[in-house]
Amino acid sequence: MVAQKKGASRGSEDPEELARVPLQAILLADSFTTKFRPITLERPKVLLPLVNAPMISYTLAWLESAGVEEVFVFCCAHSKQVIKYLENSEWFSQPNFTVTTIESHDSVSAGDALRLIYERNVIHGDFVLISGDTVSNMSLTQVLQEHKERRKKDSNAVMTIVIKRSKPSQITRQSRLGTDELFMAIDPNTKQLLYYEDKADHAKGSIYLDKLLLADKSSISLHNDKQDCYIDICSPEVLSLFTDNFDYQHLRRHFLKGLLVDDIMGYKIFTHEIHSSYAARIDNYRSYDAISKDIIQRWTYPLVPDVKFFGDSSTKLERLGMYRASEIGQSRSAQIGPFTVIGNGTKIGDNTKISNSVIGEGCSIGPNVSIEGSYVWNNVTIEDGCKLRHVIVCDGVIMKSGAVLEPGVVLSFKVVIGQQFIVPSYSKVSLLPQPTKQDSDEELEYADNSTGIAEISSLTHTLDKSNGEIVNEQQETQRWPTSELGTGGAGYVWSVCEGGHDEEWRHSVAPIPAEKLAEVIQAVEDDLEFAQDGSSLPPSGELKLDSNDSDYDEESRDDSYFENEVEATFLRAVDENIKVEHVVLEVNSLRLSSNKQTADCAGAIFYSMMKLALETPHNSASELVQATTKVITNWKGLLKYYLSDIDEEIEVIMKFEDMCLESAKEFSPVFDKILYLLYDQEVIREEAILRWDDEKREADESDRIFVRQAETFIKWLREASEEEDEEE
Amino acid sequence: MDFQVVVLAGGTSKKLVPLVSKELPKALLPVANRPVISYVLELLELSNLKDIIVAVEGKEAHDCVEHWTDEAYIDRLRIKVERVPDDVGTAGALRAVAHLLTAKDILVVSGDIVSDVSPGAVAAAHRRHDAVVTTMLCSAPVSGPSDSGSSVAKDKGKKPGHYDRIGLDPTKQFLLYIATGTELEKDIRIQKSILCAVGQMEIRSDLMDAHLYAFKRSVLQEVLKQKDKFQSLKRDVLPYLVRTQLSSEVLLNGVPQPEENGHEKSSYQNNEEMLSQILANSSTASFHELYALGSRCSFPVRRTHKCCVYIASNSKYCMRLNSIQAFNDINRDVIGDASHLSGYSFSAQNNIIHPSAELGSKTTVGPHCMLGEASIMGDKCSVKRSVIGRHCRIGSNVKVVNSVVMNHVSIADGCTIQNSVICSNVQLQERVVLKDCQVGANFVVTTGSECKGEALAKKEK
Repeated sequence: MVAQKKGASRGSEDPEELARVPLQAILLADSFTTKFRPITLERPKVLLPLVNAPMISYTLAWLESAGVEEVFVFCCAHSKQVIKYLENSEWFSQPNFTVTTIESHDSVSAGDALRLIYERNVIHGDFVLISGDTVSNMSLTQVLQEHKERRKKDSNAVMTIVIKRSKPSQITRQSRLGTDELFMAIDPNTKQLLYYEDKADHAKGSIYLDKLLLADKSSISLHNDKQDCYIDICSPEVLSLFTDNFDYQHLRRHFLKGLLVDDIMGYKIFTHEIHSSYAARIDNYRSYDAISKDIIQRWTYPLVPDVKFFGDSSTKLERLGMYRASEIGQSRSAQIGPFTVIGNGTKIGDNTKISNSVIGEGCSIGPNVSIEGSYVWNNVTIEDGCKLRHVIVCDGVIMKSGAVLEPGVVLSFKVVIGQQFIVPSYSKVSLLPQPTKQDSDEELEYADNSTGIAEISSLTHTLDKSNGEIVNEQQETQRWPTSELGTGGAGYVWSVCEGGHDEEWRHSVAPIPAEKLAEVIQAVEDDLEFAQDGSSLPPSGELKLDSNDSDYDEESRDDSYFENEVEATFLRAVDENIKVEHVVLEVNSLRLSSNKQTADCAGAIFYSMMKLALETPHNSASELVQATTKVITNWKGLLKYYLSDIDEEIEVIMKFEDMCLESAKEFSPVFDKILYLLYDQEVIREEAILRWDDEKREADESDRIFVRQAETFIKWLREASEEEDEEE
Repeated sequence: MDFQVVVLAGGTSKKLVPLVSKELPKALLPVANRPVISYVLELLELSNLKDIIVAVEGKEAHDCVEHWTDEAYIDRLRIKVERVPDDVGTAGALRAVAHLLTAKDILVVSGDIVSDVSPGAVAAAHRRHDAVVTTMLCSAPVSGPSDSGSSVAKDKGKKPGHYDRIGLDPTKQFLLYIATGTELEKDIRIQKSILCAVGQMEIRSDLMDAHLYAFKRSVLQEVLKQKDKFQSLKRDVLPYLVRTQLSSEVLLNGVPQPEENGHEKSSYQNNEEMLSQILANSSTASFHELYALGSRCSFPVRRTHKCCVYIASNSKYCMRLNSIQAFNDINRDVIGDASHLSGYSFSAQNNIIHPSAELGSKTTVGPHCMLGEASIMGDKCSVKRSVIGRHCRIGSNVKVVNSVVMNHVSIADGCTIQNSVICSNVQLQERVVLKDCQVGANFVVTTGSECKGEALAKKEK
């Protein structure tokens, strides 16, 4: 076995190193996503065939060849199937390579998985963390070496992630693997990762980096041309970090970003870029397609179909990148094009054309069939005259004569397509009905709340229906009668890819259709124009003039959030009779966390107090004043804490005015009384009232309602102060 | 070369008081006994850039500079000294001289640069890429300007090492991002569109904008005209051009190029020309062109312009005389480490003593010193790492260390001068001790005074 030999030779390169701590790896045999539904309802993703071999076998073969000695396979969804596969495979009986399975039934994320593994206490040193859908042929020697050396110098260097150059398309903003574009900032000297932004929000035209990043280094590299290979070299601390931060779920979105943001612990993440070797992860149908092609075109050597690295296939490579198993029944007139793999025991009828496709084992393909760019798994029956372009057909599917699959279709296990039936683009067909919404909510950590309305055309939904309607209908579990797949058809057509947060075409096996591209280009251009209007940087000279709308929104949202929090705190204090000092502490911490002034606190507290008074049952204005008096007398200590200077007192008066005009109109008739009350209780000093009056003097008449209401009181105050002056 | 040069010579900078005065504007401050502006002018001459406009603020300053350049360069360079309004910023100064600009490209250089980086190389880089703007970058002083000498820095409180933030593409030819001045206080904000187009951007804080720019004239004039709020080239015009490089507005407004081409080209022709240019060019197209072409690879769909950089090599010298500290440093460097800049030939003792200067007995002039024409020194004096101007009279037992003494200064016996600048016509009476001082022109320091870290000057009448 070539791969095995390779592993052995690598092992001997630094025997002492490996002798001390056996190199361990954690393989997550569950991607905790729903991108491969409906297929993954019946079979775990890691067991799906990738060029006629289960994905996990690629990962395990690579781990073994890279010198990993102990692999912990974490199984969650369909764990029995994974364990059964491993038991029947030869992975359990390899020398110098132990595979241990860890089973869990309640993990919903990578974070849960790692926490569980931490509890098992099986990891003793640096380990490789990958998921079971990774295809790679990279050597781990160098990256492990780098990681260890960094660890010696700095124990905070807990993780090294592997990246590879891959420039995303500027139009679709995604890589050829169908993953979203990724923005990273890396220190070019130390390779430390400083910033990581996937699932970029394109509405924001800029990336913000903390200026302190440049404080102690002279340069930072920003990258948009790298792809995350999801191969991580981790120190044991990573597991305990997941345990400490029990809310970490996603390796990237939570863990990695959490570490980057948190500067208290000072944990550091580094990157390792590979140049000539291959590493990619099957994340969606598009990457399934892209990686299959890479395997056929031998980028992943030695993990290619004609090298026996697993199982007992005896495929041979022929010219033009054609791989044919030894026992196939191919008609003389059948044409098999380049870059095609034909599995064992498959029969191909007359005049059938197959190109750029993978056909599994034991399929029977009738005459006059045309298959292009498609993935046909095992034991599929395709009757005469069928047409398949850029589709995935799972095990046991039967396509009756003349059926047509348009690009992007996915047929799950044992689906039957009726005669002459045409399955429209991007349809997903399964024997299982589409799960209800609640089911997908379990995975809500991952399946992004469907903010972007997915676009799909399904069987009965005519294209002219708006997206909104489709989504609504999808929620009421529609049961598709089997006859919907043509005469003798069997299966439900799913309307929207579960968790598909983006338009269907992005992640489909089918190439992006030209008209879609044109549409996106148009959108990009519109964006550009928009960016020029709105979010582009204002000229630095005019920075202050332009106020950003979104910033403003955020601020006002902040305001109400802060007020609500203060109010809740205050009400709790009233209910539980908490001491004023304690309330002050709480409000102060709120103030700091929302970055507010003490005047804001005074306003918010006053607002809460008045609201409390208002909510006390009352029948007349005088009763309201009484209630208010009570509240103010009880809580003036709290309010006064925030009224250290005159501006804050004015703020309170203004706030009161606002309330009388808007939220609590009941107060408006008694404005002057309450103002007097505040003065009497020494909450507000007379200077504040006089200043407020002065400020309002220039204001509109409509703005002066309350000034006039309080006129007599103000007049009295003025006279009183004049008298005082005279006395002096 | 079809280049016009605008030298922004400023006026009497407030930062340099008391060194500057109405008679001695910033441009004429002596560096190794030559006006600082002569370094720029001669550097330009070396690159065969002879069509020069010098923009000066203030009437007296203008007259002084004009007088001096007329005398010094009458046969060698075509210099026109223009007076520009005060306090209009660099962009304002350019607006004021815009009517004189005719060449296809304009080189704008600050008059206070002392450097040996060839402006010709910057101009060539500009032309090579057909850029809208090319800026020269040099490495920023490692840890603030104070580190280069033994002198104590006054502004040590300032964060060292942070001058500009500059974003470059991987080939280090294009400028993708620049932040200067107050923007350095904010977080780094990078436009995604530019980053996406390039793929990789390096943000550097160890480079500094050296205030030498090449502009396409049509664009420069257009920007100055449209954006009348722009004050500074460095803080407004350059960041604006960098920001809009992938959604160019400057060429959108149909800046005609009739002078160059004789007729206005239709955009169609331009596009075709550009395509053929790309195809013909054996080197790969820059990201600007690729971006402009979009995916369809037919006609450019987006308007872009290029902002280039010329990065001076580390071994080159480039300093701006914009503070008193810099004045001291530059003077020391020009007769010391960067002596090739001075244009003088040094003696075997590594110093320059004018043949007409007289030295008393037991007087030593150390290496890295300069003693100007007809200056007289008494007995037992010692001069170290200092520049002494013309016609100075220096008594006996005088020590001058790390200082600049301008012309016609008289220093009486027993004075000690350290880390100081003595302007022209100053009189130091006996046993004066100066440390870290600046003495303005015509000032008299009385017998026995001891000063430390002071600026001594006559009050302006």
